[in-house]
Amino acid sequence: MSNGTSKKTGLNRRTALKGMGAGALLATGALPGSLGFAQAQSSAPIKIGFQKHATGIGAAYGRWYDATTQAAVKRINDMGGINGRPVEIVIEDDGTDPKRGAEVIEKFANQHEVDVAFGTLFSHVVIGSAPRAGELKLPYFVVSEGHHVASGMLNRYTLQPGITDVKSQVQSMAPFVANNLGKKVTMIFPDFAFGHDHRDFFSAAIEAQGGEVVAKIAVPPAETSFTRYFPQIPRDTDVVYHVMVGPAVLTFVKELGEFFGPSRPEIFGFIDSLEAVDINSPGLEFLEGTYFWEGHPRHAQKDNSEYDTAYRAAVGVDDRGASVSDPKDVSTYAHMFGCWETLNVIKAGMETADYQGPADRAKLIEAVEAMTDMPHSLDHPQGAKLFNGKTHQVFGSQHISKVTDGTLTVEHTASIEDGMYEDEVDYTAQSF
Amino acid sequence: MEFGPHLMLASLEGAVIASVLVLTSMGLSIVFGVMRVVNVAHGEFYMLGAVLAWYVTSLLGGHPAVGFVAALVAAPLLVGAIAASADRVILKHLKYDPDRTIVATIGLLYIIQQTTLMTFGPDARPVAPPFNHRLALPWFEFGDSGFAMYWPWGLSTTSYKLFVIAAAAVVLIALWLLITRTKIGLIMRATQQDSETAQAFGIPVGRVYSMVFGLGAALAALGAVLVVPIQQAHYLMGADPLLLSFIVVIIGGLGSLPGTVVAALLIGMSDGIISVFFSPTLAKIIATFLVAMVLVWRPQGLFGRSVP
Amino acid sequence: MTLNAKSATLHLSVLAALVALFFVLPPYHSGNLARIMVLAIYAMGYNILFGYTGLLSLGHAMFFAAGMYGFGLSVNLGGLPLPLAFLTGMACAAALAAVTGFLALRTSGVAFMIVTLMFAQTAYLVVLYFGTYTRGDEGFVIQSADRMIMGVDLTSEGARYVAALLLFSACFLTLARIIRSRFGRTLVAIRENEERARMLGYDTGAHKLKAMILSGLIAGVAGAAYAMLFGYVGATFATVQYSIFPLLWVLLGGAGTTIGPLLGVFFMFYLIDFSSSLTTAYMLVAGVVLVLLTMFAPQGLMGEMRKRVFAWLP
Repeated sequence: MSNGTSKKTGLNRRTALKGMGAGALLATGALPGSLGFAQAQSSAPIKIGFQKHATGIGAAYGRWYDATTQAAVKRINDMGGINGRPVEIVIEDDGTDPKRGAEVIEKFANQHEVDVAFGTLFSHVVIGSAPRAGELKLPYFVVSEGHHVASGMLNRYTLQPGITDVKSQVQSMAPFVANNLGKKVTMIFPDFAFGHDHRDFFSAAIEAQGGEVVAKIAVPPAETSFTRYFPQIPRDTDVVYHVMVGPAVLTFVKELGEFFGPSRPEIFGFIDSLEAVDINSPGLEFLEGTYFWEGHPRHAQKDNSEYDTAYRAAVGVDDRGASVSDPKDVSTYAHMFGCWETLNVIKAGMETADYQGPADRAKLIEAVEAMTDMPHSLDHPQGAKLFNGKTHQVFGSQHISKVTDGTLTVEHTASIEDGMYEDEVDYTAQSF
Repeated sequence: MEFGPHLMLASLEGAVIASVLVLTSMGLSIVFGVMRVVNVAHGEFYMLGAVLAWYVTSLLGGHPAVGFVAALVAAPLLVGAIAASADRVILKHLKYDPDRTIVATIGLLYIIQQTTLMTFGPDARPVAPPFNHRLALPWFEFGDSGFAMYWPWGLSTTSYKLFVIAAAAVVLIALWLLITRTKIGLIMRATQQDSETAQAFGIPVGRVYSMVFGLGAALAALGAVLVVPIQQAHYLMGADPLLLSFIVVIIGGLGSLPGTVVAALLIGMSDGIISVFFSPTLAKIIATFLVAMVLVWRPQGLFGRSVP
Repeated sequence: MTLNAKSATLHLSVLAALVALFFVLPPYHSGNLARIMVLAIYAMGYNILFGYTGLLSLGHAMFFAAGMYGFGLSVNLGGLPLPLAFLTGMACAAALAAVTGFLALRTSGVAFMIVTLMFAQTAYLVVLYFGTYTRGDEGFVIQSADRMIMGVDLTSEGARYVAALLLFSACFLTLARIIRSRFGRTLVAIRENEERARMLGYDTGAHKLKAMILSGLIAGVAGAAYAMLFGYVGATFATVQYSIFPLLWVLLGGAGTTIGPLLGVFFMFYLIDFSSSLTTAYMLVAGVVLVLLTMFAPQGLMGEMRKRVFAWLP
């Protein structure tokens, strides 16, 4: 029953991107003659289906995933497209619902006849859609940070090359937490699969560091007030570890602050608890001096890389991670880089596979599976990555930032190796 | 935290939830009682109240209290007007047929949600409270040195949360006076008991219905304005209050306003208090199941007279 | 033609049309139709209780989910073969409906709505609570390799359509028959005037319980079919939203008609699908259409047909 649509997509559904324009067409013509005689066919756009959370609980993320996607495609088209062909994004709203998600995949494959599908964040939509993508033999690039891909639950057509998964993120946080913040950790997490992943992976990782989880507080979904759960935090807790998603995140963090008052333990949270929320909102003053995991640091750092700076400019985000047109409009900065990077992986994969059309989809997947090192570059502005072709999952560095004078300042960067774990599946053994 | 302080904290939190729930439920109860229709869009009127509160406060700027007071007046009035015109245009045309009203109000829900999404956007937006102080609370203990007072870790509330409880009580009393002591209330009660006879006595039933529908929506909006400094305005925030107030109205007994108040307190408080004893999701399961069982054994609700 | 013959002709021609459509429609639309048929089974199950018996439940998602999880968990954890797992799903739904009916039928009217709603909420939370097995909201996949029945691969478009059509036909014809039976007519009598039906000597309590179990069972068939044909099991399908959908479909298509549920699902599906290709504000369009439809077609689509054209419609 929950539906609506973001205003940012107010244009045409099949957003034929204007970015390609005359320049790109010229570039197409100027490319080496490897495209052969199939002139008419080769200049047809490569269509990428973007499964967007335009409505439903994920809409705040969907809006920024859209903005990042448009920026990435504009850049790709300005550079001449993929294999000399312009890229066209086809947007369909999945309503952040697994049933509609699967329907949208069918629409992409059978009606829009896209080359690949991409974009989904929420795990239940990914898991609901992936079986259909596999059956329709449609490469499905997700940007979800769920462990579902690497756990082996999905199929050969589903890949996550642009964002690290929760297992890797959580595991690489444990050494820093145990060595700098404290050994006794209380975890507060949503009582559904995403939260359970945090609970299980972090408990194991902190024990390996000689720490322990002294309490696990699971908050039921769709909860709008939280104070009554906080008394379950044991008094001897050194660190509170929190991760919360959904529209009530700000209430959660505010009430956490009100609960502790002046005498709080160390607090370490996943930025998911505050994505799309201004860190300087009233009531969040107590966050000063607390720590956050960030996939991609929201606030530009002193030694900011040129790639991050250029990426911000392209997406239209300022040094505080907010929209350049409205500083109150804070982006989902820690996650949305995944769209940008995934599109660049698709481009690289298509170029390696000399992708011509849907018949080459298997070749495209093999090309992506063969990828390993992805150096820090404008294609990968978050940082260097290492792709595991067997598990279809990428690994990268993670950041821990401390709130200092209202700014998220990176304190520690966990290396790619910190987030590695043993393979749980070999998708390359599956047939196409 | 020890048991006593924990229970007190949970009760305080429960009381805040119950206060807001009382207002939204009273709105639904009046509509349900007088017009006999299930308004599925009730939660969306609640959401509109919160969203309008955000607009009003961000338009006015200045001290948060200025915007808040303005919102407290403007949001319920606007939402009431929207609801009354929806009644005029749609529900009246359906002759308040119960089934058709359900579909029509589902349609209304889609329209309101989508319009909000297109204008207000998908983000949760905060409204600053007019005042907000953390109040640490004491607890008493009978220890070795006799009766002693101490300040348990974490036992606290905020001045604003206490204000919400007080404000809800004031609105409730005003509503009670309106219904029992004024001519409008008399007309409403007459229409509730027998709309045909009321019509025969010259009461403009159509206008009364529009007014009642508007008043119901305005109460939901008022509850939302009170809650929005604690939570945030979000375009999907209407679903929970709709379900909860629906449940409250039935548990209280259809058409019984005192029943609605008692049921709102019961449900708001029980949710908090049961969470002291069980893990959160298990607590929810138990609370939900118990409420259902209350109705199984007492189908007319706590204060209802006969089976509806 | 006699009434029975007319009705039989009508039902068979609906099925014949569904067969023919598979060969005519492009793959996207035949895929949609397979899904619509599965959801129409759900709506038909709901229609037994709401349209024919007059009991408005707001908790049918729990029966749909019971079928879905009964099936999905017995395939993934129990390793049962597909037909057996399907029966398990049906049994779970029927058992849950029996227990719910036993308790909830002590109430009626709005209290019945709330009791079923709360039971369904409880069921939804139970799914989350046992996240270790159910993976909570995220749900789980039923692997393609497990979705084979007697050597037929249900993941292919053709097999899926045939399976959906077979299940739909079985439920459709069975229900059309039940409606015409003594049992079905008693249900209608209860809907029209329960007091009178009781005076006439019918055990209305037992009839309502049977209607509830049948309704839950059919909803469970739909849930198990969805999991089997689309390979996904998740808690979203146990939420309130999925309890309201069948009510909406049945009211749109025409409550208390045999074809109404199919029509309602079809209409709603294409309303969303079509309006979303025109505008991003498609829920606004859907909302306006719903409002207009209730204003100008108060009996639902089939109900209006019955009123205006075919008075004999079952």
